[in-house]
Amino acid sequence: MKRILLSHGAGGQEMFALIEQVFQRSYGPSGVSRDDSAIIELAGGNLALTTDAYVVSPIFFPGGDIGRLAVAGTVNDLLTAGARPAVLAAAFILEEGFPLESLQAITDSMHQTAAEAEVNIVTGDTKVAPRRAADAVFITTTGLGAVLRPGLSGAAAKPGDKIIVTGSLGDHGIAVMLARENLLGSDNIRSDVAPLTEIVLRLLEAEVEVHALRDPTRGGIAATLNEIARQSQVAIEIEESRVPVRPEVAAACEVLGFDPFAVANEGKMVVIVAASDANRALGIVRDCRYGREAQLIGEVLPAPAGRVHCRTPYGAARLLEMPTGELLPRIC
Amino acid sequence: MRIRRNLRISGIVQGVGFRPFIYRLALKHCLGGYVRNTPSCVEIAVEGLPEGLEAFCRDLTDSAPILACLQEVVSEDAPPLGEENFSILASHGSGEAAAVIPADIGLCPDCAAEILSQQNRRYFYPFTNCTNCGPRFTIIKNLPYDRAHTTMAGFAMCDACRQEYENPLDRRFHAEPTACPACGPVVWLEIGGRRRSRECLTRAAEMLWNGKIIAIKSLGGFHLACDARQEPVVQLLRQRKGRRDKPFAVMVRDLAAAEAICELNRFEKSWLRSPASPIVLARQRANPGIAASLAPGNRYLGLMLPYTPLHLLLFQHSPDALVMTSGNRSEEPLAFTNDEARRTLGELADAFLFHNRDIHVPCDDSVVRPLHDGSTIILRRARGYVPDTIQLPLPCREDLLGVGAQDKTTFGLAWRRTALLSQHLGNLDLVETIDYYRCAIDHFQTLSRRRPTVAAHDLHPGYVSTSYAKGLDNVRLIAVQHHHAHIAACLAENGRLERCLGLAFDGAGYGPDGTIWGGEILAADLADYTRVGHFAPVVLPGGDAAAQNPNFMALSYLFAVYGEAALSQAARLGLRFSPLQERLLLRQITTGWHSPVTTSAGRLFDAVAAALDICRERTYEGQPALELEMVAEGQDWGYYPLKIGHHHNQLVIDTIALFRQVVEDRQRGVVPAVISARFHESLARGCVAACLTLRGRLRLNLVALSGGVWQNARLFLRTKELLTKAGFEVIFHRQTPANDGGIALGQIAVAAAVLDREQ
Ligand SMILES: [Fe+3]
Ligand SMILES: [Mg+2]
Ligand SMILES: [Zn+2]
Ligand SMILES: [Zn+2]
Repeated sequence: MKRILLSHGAGGQEMFALIEQVFQRSYGPSGVSRDDSAIIELAGGNLALTTDAYVVSPIFFPGGDIGRLAVAGTVNDLLTAGARPAVLAAAFILEEGFPLESLQAITDSMHQTAAEAEVNIVTGDTKVAPRRAADAVFITTTGLGAVLRPGLSGAAAKPGDKIIVTGSLGDHGIAVMLARENLLGSDNIRSDVAPLTEIVLRLLEAEVEVHALRDPTRGGIAATLNEIARQSQVAIEIEESRVPVRPEVAAACEVLGFDPFAVANEGKMVVIVAASDANRALGIVRDCRYGREAQLIGEVLPAPAGRVHCRTPYGAARLLEMPTGELLPRIC
Repeated sequence: MRIRRNLRISGIVQGVGFRPFIYRLALKHCLGGYVRNTPSCVEIAVEGLPEGLEAFCRDLTDSAPILACLQEVVSEDAPPLGEENFSILASHGSGEAAAVIPADIGLCPDCAAEILSQQNRRYFYPFTNCTNCGPRFTIIKNLPYDRAHTTMAGFAMCDACRQEYENPLDRRFHAEPTACPACGPVVWLEIGGRRRSRECLTRAAEMLWNGKIIAIKSLGGFHLACDARQEPVVQLLRQRKGRRDKPFAVMVRDLAAAEAICELNRFEKSWLRSPASPIVLARQRANPGIAASLAPGNRYLGLMLPYTPLHLLLFQHSPDALVMTSGNRSEEPLAFTNDEARRTLGELADAFLFHNRDIHVPCDDSVVRPLHDGSTIILRRARGYVPDTIQLPLPCREDLLGVGAQDKTTFGLAWRRTALLSQHLGNLDLVETIDYYRCAIDHFQTLSRRRPTVAAHDLHPGYVSTSYAKGLDNVRLIAVQHHHAHIAACLAENGRLERCLGLAFDGAGYGPDGTIWGGEILAADLADYTRVGHFAPVVLPGGDAAAQNPNFMALSYLFAVYGEAALSQAARLGLRFSPLQERLLLRQITTGWHSPVTTSAGRLFDAVAAALDICRERTYEGQPALELEMVAEGQDWGYYPLKIGHHHNQLVIDTIALFRQVVEDRQRGVVPAVISARFHESLARGCVAACLTLRGRLRLNLVALSGGVWQNARLFLRTKELLTKAGFEVIFHRQTPANDGGIALGQIAVAAAVLDREQ
């Protein structure tokens, strides 16, 4: 009998297979948006709706906690739809015995992050599961926003478009992973978790010709760019030397055998922008609090459809594959 | 009484002067009839007196042109037609193709003499060739092999060339790429976009004297060339290519220039002069008089002789030893069109030596390492050997495709008893290589007129070749374990079908048990294998991370030996890790966190090279193992006794204890040259001890050696010697590389055997 594996939730090939083979089989292919938010028409306006469940261990980690993650993650998903985040709902599943003090710290953090993102948490739900039936705390947040710019989609990238990332990559995934294993030392490795309202709203307000926005969470930009390349039927090229990665994160990846491009981020946006507007977009992003280290990392090419590659400093083009759950050595 | 006979001959019989040979033979024995090329063979009809026919058939096999290789001769008697004249007919275009195109052949002595003779009309003409030499595979677009199907199609022959081409008694009779200054391709030098045709070879030579780098269009692609004696320009080339340590090959004016740099024995000389003209690895002299950075950490140097007229003519003016490294950035496939070269090599080269004979199929230089016992290690099989076919020891019941591995990729097609293996294509991590891989598979299908119905691929789910196979429509897939494929390749090219003990030693291959294999002893035939022994398992920290960092592997072995004391032992060896590295590595090694278990032989060499401070930073594949081999000196330093244990019916060669003894020697102050010699000796003896135990158990006396580790001449020669002394029959690769370049052949052989067994 086939069972759920951890890799089914990792945001890579296995997860896409699960969506296609299970969810779409029930809901139908048109029932589920391939983007992070669904657009719905309601009461004469276009609304963006998204929901996300947050499971992270440890729940407090350098740079953030599960509360900040639950707010920022959902806010960022609304932003990818070109929407102004308006309200959030939060559902908690708490494990029997979970310290109230910790819960308070989490909700404080949620409130603070929501204020920063300019959204209100307007409703919620709490369930308590018996000891060991849940792990400490799970949070599900649902977000609703008003669409400011319709048409943003992973399927809207066009050949010639430029690709911007709003800052260094891999920080969240490495920070949480090392925190979980108790392997953080004095190195400055911290999660980047943050709501990117300022960046996105300023881009939209300035009427920059953005075609797609994606927050490269699980699977990192490798997963994000592969999705965009498939959805838009284009090729994508990025230049390795332009992609910002902190030296500490790179050093950890070097030992772990990870590609920093396949590691999760929680406070970064991939911006696909028309070439003519790329420099203006970069300027705007760099002006924002969470965008100071933004870089233009590559561009969209016409073909071959669905392929992403990365130019190394000496010009060779390495295939950047959709990450898979298992990293198997290939060097013979 | 006259008789008539029809003959169909397959093998390498086109483009090698076979038809004029037949024509002359028919004239000699007073026979009528005809000869013509078809896509699948050469067709001959001969008619005359019985004695004449008998003599004809005898001479046919006894005195065929050197470059020809007759695989099959089918003969049948026919009613005589009274034909008295013998003629060469135009090629016949349809039918299935088994006839196989010849490989590119280095400049022959006759053509070389012509281009250096002032009286000859081809004096100094860089595109001179004849039926005995010149481009073939790299210019052929389709079969049958006629000028119209080559990139020479656009050059109309002048009258003089046409006469030679049509005269059955001329050396250029049907030499498809024949040309002369009046009608053929031209060469020019391009500097900063400006084209100079006059005196271009002398100007290019002058630039080389002046320490410049020139991109030269050769037979199968571009080379980057510079003076091999000028250290600064060699360094500059390294810097521009982003290639810090990987050795550069050198082309020398002639054998005398080669001998000034390297000590050459008769094997090396004959490889250098062979029609395929590969790069030959030979031992450098004490003061070779070349730039030290050509081959850092290596006692050997890759040499080749000028194999095109263009090279020979350039050497009339240039320095007599030129770096000739593949014209590419980093590890990309080599550039082979002028436009691509302008685009990709513009920042690497100071000038281009271009010509307008297009290369249709890129093909790297082949690399061989002859050994003193007459055997040869083939490191790369490409120009000069591809597309020569390899005979399989059993017929394929269906047409097969072997898709190869991931690095050093080749693929192969096979039908009946014939396997057609592609040239070395490189690493499938790179998109240009992947594109070329797909396109080459199509091209080979066109040439062979075969559509495989079965594809054999590696078990590794992450190889690009595996995904390629899985993406094929209407093709049955057969998955082949990596090390089984290695051993099967060795068996197949040696024509063997029986079960053997296979010592498959390499860096990594996907094991069906979820661990990473690489130091394996298999009891294997083509259809099947059992793992009967392996190296001691250790942790491979971070998977490929450990392959990139020999230091990580050394720490893993140190931990296997010393436990928690590994770090202090590492410090004593001078191995340094940052606090972050230390924390992560220890967790990986102690718990297997994000780290598989491996029995890799390659990684053992890495660990030893790092522990001995021979190589602690790997900048190219195989560097630590190569440098470890090169450091070893002397034969009689003894060895470390190697224990062989048992685990689940499998022998375990105690490579961890071997590593411990290496470290202990090092701590005692023994020099690396001696430790390395002992290490190699110990492994060789360990292999023999394991084989002896297994022979007693399994009654197998045939030993096949395969996998990239056997490119280590010291280990190979010693193991072979000891095994032979112990009465084993030892087989090794002779036509394909022992490294992953041979995997496709192994996949084909396994698939053929699996299909055969199903019958
Ligand atoms: Fe291998
Ligand atoms: Mg989401
Ligand atoms: Zn010739
Ligand atoms: Zn001519």
